[in-house]
Amino acid sequence: MQEKTAPPTPRLEDRILAVLSRNAVPVFFAVLCLGGIIAARLDINFLVNEVLARLGRNSILVLSLLIPVMAGLGLNFGIVIGAMAGQIALIIITHYRLTGLTGICTAALLAIPFALLFGWLTALVLNKAKGREMVTGMILGFFANGLYQLVFLVLTGTVIPIKDEMLLLSSGIGVRNTVDLINVAGSLDRALDFLWNGLILVNWGPLRLGPWRVPVFTLVLTGLVCAATSFLIRTRLGQQMRAVGQDSRIAEVAGINVDRIRTTAIIISTILASWGQLVFLQNIGTMNTYNSHEQVGMFAIAALLVGGATTRRATIWNALIGVLLFHTLFVVSPLAGQKIFGIPQVGEYFRVFLAYGVIAVALALHAWQSSLRRKTAKQHGEKENSLESRPQD
Amino acid sequence: MSSPYRGLGVYAELTDRIEKSLSRFGIPRLIISGFLLLLFILALIMKMDLKILISDSLVRIGMNGILVLAMLPSLRCGAGLNFGLPVGVICGLLGGVLSLNWNITGFAGFFTAIAFSIPPAIIAGYLYALLLERVKGQEMMVGTYIGFSVVAGMCIFWLMAPIDNPALIFAIGGKGLRYTLTLNDTYAKILNNFLSFSLLGITIPTGLLLFFLLFCVLMYYFFRSKIGLAMTAVGANPMYAVSSGINVRKMRMSGIILSTVLAAIGIIVYSQSYGFLQLYTAPLYAAFPAMAAILIGGASLARASISHVLIGTILFQTLLTIALPVTQTILQGSDISEIARIIISNGMIIYALTRAERR
Repeated sequence: MQEKTAPPTPRLEDRILAVLSRNAVPVFFAVLCLGGIIAARLDINFLVNEVLARLGRNSILVLSLLIPVMAGLGLNFGIVIGAMAGQIALIIITHYRLTGLTGICTAALLAIPFALLFGWLTALVLNKAKGREMVTGMILGFFANGLYQLVFLVLTGTVIPIKDEMLLLSSGIGVRNTVDLINVAGSLDRALDFLWNGLILVNWGPLRLGPWRVPVFTLVLTGLVCAATSFLIRTRLGQQMRAVGQDSRIAEVAGINVDRIRTTAIIISTILASWGQLVFLQNIGTMNTYNSHEQVGMFAIAALLVGGATTRRATIWNALIGVLLFHTLFVVSPLAGQKIFGIPQVGEYFRVFLAYGVIAVALALHAWQSSLRRKTAKQHGEKENSLESRPQD
Repeated sequence: MSSPYRGLGVYAELTDRIEKSLSRFGIPRLIISGFLLLLFILALIMKMDLKILISDSLVRIGMNGILVLAMLPSLRCGAGLNFGLPVGVICGLLGGVLSLNWNITGFAGFFTAIAFSIPPAIIAGYLYALLLERVKGQEMMVGTYIGFSVVAGMCIFWLMAPIDNPALIFAIGGKGLRYTLTLNDTYAKILNNFLSFSLLGITIPTGLLLFFLLFCVLMYYFFRSKIGLAMTAVGANPMYAVSSGINVRKMRMSGIILSTVLAAIGIIVYSQSYGFLQLYTAPLYAAFPAMAAILIGGASLARASISHVLIGTILFQTLLTIALPVTQTILQGSDISEIARIIISNGMIIYALTRAERR
């Protein structure tokens, strides 16, 4: 409110206030993080190590959400399906005993056709549910999970003729609940480790910083995805996507094939998500065949929203800051819960509550704003329509 | 019509009629019914005890019925499927916990639970409806995550709840309600056993079915009343409703509140049959089977009725009940009933969401 009355050369305090109010969500979560860190009396080195690892393994999944937002599809809850494509690739390379970097690169290549197919199918469904993409995408994720279980729990070993003691359950039917990824574990994280291995150690008064383990190559990959995304935005395809995202009817009139652009956006997102899941799982080191992908969509979306994104506008910085804040809170909240309430479960439930709550509040706020805008547009519309000649109608 | 074409004409008329009745019956409903029939035939071939299967199905139909019925007002008033059903379920659990804490047994306990779940359900439903009014068009997405976050937030409440009845709290630590609270000493199966009798070896849970049917009848007359008709008009055509002087906002909000209250009663009926109150994350996905059931019954986002509730609950719950033992016998141990549940229920919801609406 105060920014509106600010003079042409605003004072420093006003400018800071304006920045704060524009970024209210990330600021709120930053304060929450700081409070938690202080309450839990957390070891800074432990925190930095944890957050760096989480930044490496989660960023690509969150970045995969950006392009559908730009194309007006909202938050793509369907990245769960992309994650499944990544896991299918991992199951295949585990079966063929591929190891190390070769293994993970093969998996990345193998994931592409699956992600292409799944993304195309997702887009087919979402194009039939315009205006309800998010809820449809979410249910589609649950539905695909059913098919995934059918394939790997029942059909593998029966219809799909595989004999593999390491991979299958003792009955010979169905993939084990956990697949050990020891052969590819950390292969991306450590690919450039000779450059950095916790080199820096600073004694800064009472505070001792370092050495941290930094997943250098994963962070480089994340940087590459960021660069590719911002490049894509500048291309012709990116411009068309933005046009579709702004107003699909006007885009249609301008000669853009709206359904095709939306399909492309979903396919790109699905492929990125499958790679994101590969990066995530090689860092974790084991795969819960039937659970690892379930929560992917929710956590990625919550992180993006914590970073200040909305369902209509999301930037690379929203994604990166969001991962940083959300996962700091993720590390801190159980410990803070333990310290404040004496019950660690409180913190455990608090972070689940946080993830759901963030999404609920962000979605509600956005829907509220757009319905307000529609109302005011209606009121203004009558005046403007009488002035304009309205050539398009 | 001349004689050579006569046969053809009848044939064409027949196929036309079949096609029409098929589309009225709905292809998904047909597939589900076919699947159900197949399961029954398989059960017969495997010489399984059909009587037990049918008895179990009847119990499951009765215990889930009111939760499915809760979908009806929100569909009727135009708010779409009520993805926020857990909001009401939580209120029901709250009433249940209170009645257990006071250790009231029998029907008194059951009705105390219902009585103490309705006021919070009305309040929570009112707040939820206020929110949904502001997010028109995105009710389903917002509702889902409101439901999820209420369940997660209540997990913290269950942990910190000011209740020190040793039968309800964790044995170790002296604080926090248990994950499941048994109703064995209070009102487990009280409706199921009320006037229950055996017919040809099939146990009929009379009280449970009567209670469900009572609510169906109540809803039937509610939608014939002035308020009910106004609510239906709001859902069917908001512009028309406004022009005939109906307060659209009030009607939509009452629909959502009614849905929340029914969910609260529904979970108590469910729990007394199940024998346990399930707290913490158990209600997280409570909305999904209820949505699937009413959609299988033939409801769409634009049209829903009591018959959809009845048919859907019977089809879906019977399917779920007999799929487990039948597939387990045939596939020797590996259980596809859970997978079938996931695929069928979510597939139905997708089908409903992607169908073009005429508004």
